[in-house]
Amino acid sequence: MKQIADLAGVFAYLSLLTVGGGMAAYPELLRLSVSVHKWLTEAQLVHLYSVGQMAPGPNMMMITAIGEWVAGLPGAIVVLIAFFGPTALLAFLVGRAWKRLEKWPWRESIQKGLAPVSIGLLLAGCFTMARGAIFGVETAGIAVGTLLILLQYKVNPALLILAGAIIGALSF
Amino acid sequence: MNESSEAARVSVLDIFLEFLLVGATSFGGGVVAYLRNSLIVRRRWVNDKEFVEMLSISQSLPGLNATNMAILVGDKLRGWAGSLAAICGVCLPGALLMLVVGLVYQQGGDRPLVNAALKGVAAAAVGLILATVVQLSKKSLSHRFDFVFMALAVIGVNRLHQSVPRVLIVLGLLATLWYRPGSVHKESAAE
Repeated sequence: MKQIADLAGVFAYLSLLTVGGGMAAYPELLRLSVSVHKWLTEAQLVHLYSVGQMAPGPNMMMITAIGEWVAGLPGAIVVLIAFFGPTALLAFLVGRAWKRLEKWPWRESIQKGLAPVSIGLLLAGCFTMARGAIFGVETAGIAVGTLLILLQYKVNPALLILAGAIIGALSF
Repeated sequence: MNESSEAARVSVLDIFLEFLLVGATSFGGGVVAYLRNSLIVRRRWVNDKEFVEMLSISQSLPGLNATNMAILVGDKLRGWAGSLAAICGVCLPGALLMLVVGLVYQQGGDRPLVNAALKGVAAAAVGLILATVVQLSKKSLSHRFDFVFMALAVIGVNRLHQSVPRVLIVLGLLATLWYRPGSVHKESAAE
């Protein structure tokens, strides 16, 4: 029961940090799930997160796996509700109030202000994850190669992640 | 609002199935692009202007864009039941898949080949996230102070080891005040 309550608390908290994208919450996800609660190792978290990039749908579905590891199927369900419930409710309420907010002069200020901060948080999350994923020339090469290909060509990122798996299996 | 006559006939089940389809086929992230294709082009449940407005709401709130969009579109079509159907539909396939992946991974143990492949996957994922950051920056950062705020967020988390909520609240407030109504910075950023 304690585990379920911890899962609910952690993922409800993390959901509120996902401004701009799921990656913004990564540093806190790492701290809480690996250091504080020891639900999994950093390597496992990096693996789950990365494999999750290949899955269809919203890109944080890997959290279901953490919930399942900790407390079985109920854990997975609790994690999903905790992670998507609060922000869903917020979006619902703000969506309905939006017409009134449209004339509120601070709305544009908040949007303009949050944009660079949230992109910075995504980048910070990315650097945090890189520490657990980039170990040497080969892994750095795969990361930079993926980045350059995606910026240059219109290709489905899932294919590049698959390519990363093949290169990894062949070379490490 | 004359286009909503078509939307009025959408059932909760229709909404669930359409979002389930997007949830099951949107490989490689970028769910919003799949949603645009499904909701505007294929189903004509929302028009371009509504979609952009909903996306702007989604982006300025916590929560993933894909699920926030599901909530907003669902509400527009069928109220709270529509929202619930849409978010369940878009999440279900990925959640089930990752549940299975988690089970397999846990039982897979320490297989060298799998571990090597996962190393490659993780490295590629870092590249993918970086690409997303670059593309987002190109689209929404225009003023040079935008880059200052972005850099401060990175320094706060990665160098000064401040927690994400602290950085978000402090810098979010500062940046919002910087672009406060009627400020000169806002004017120059709009150029």
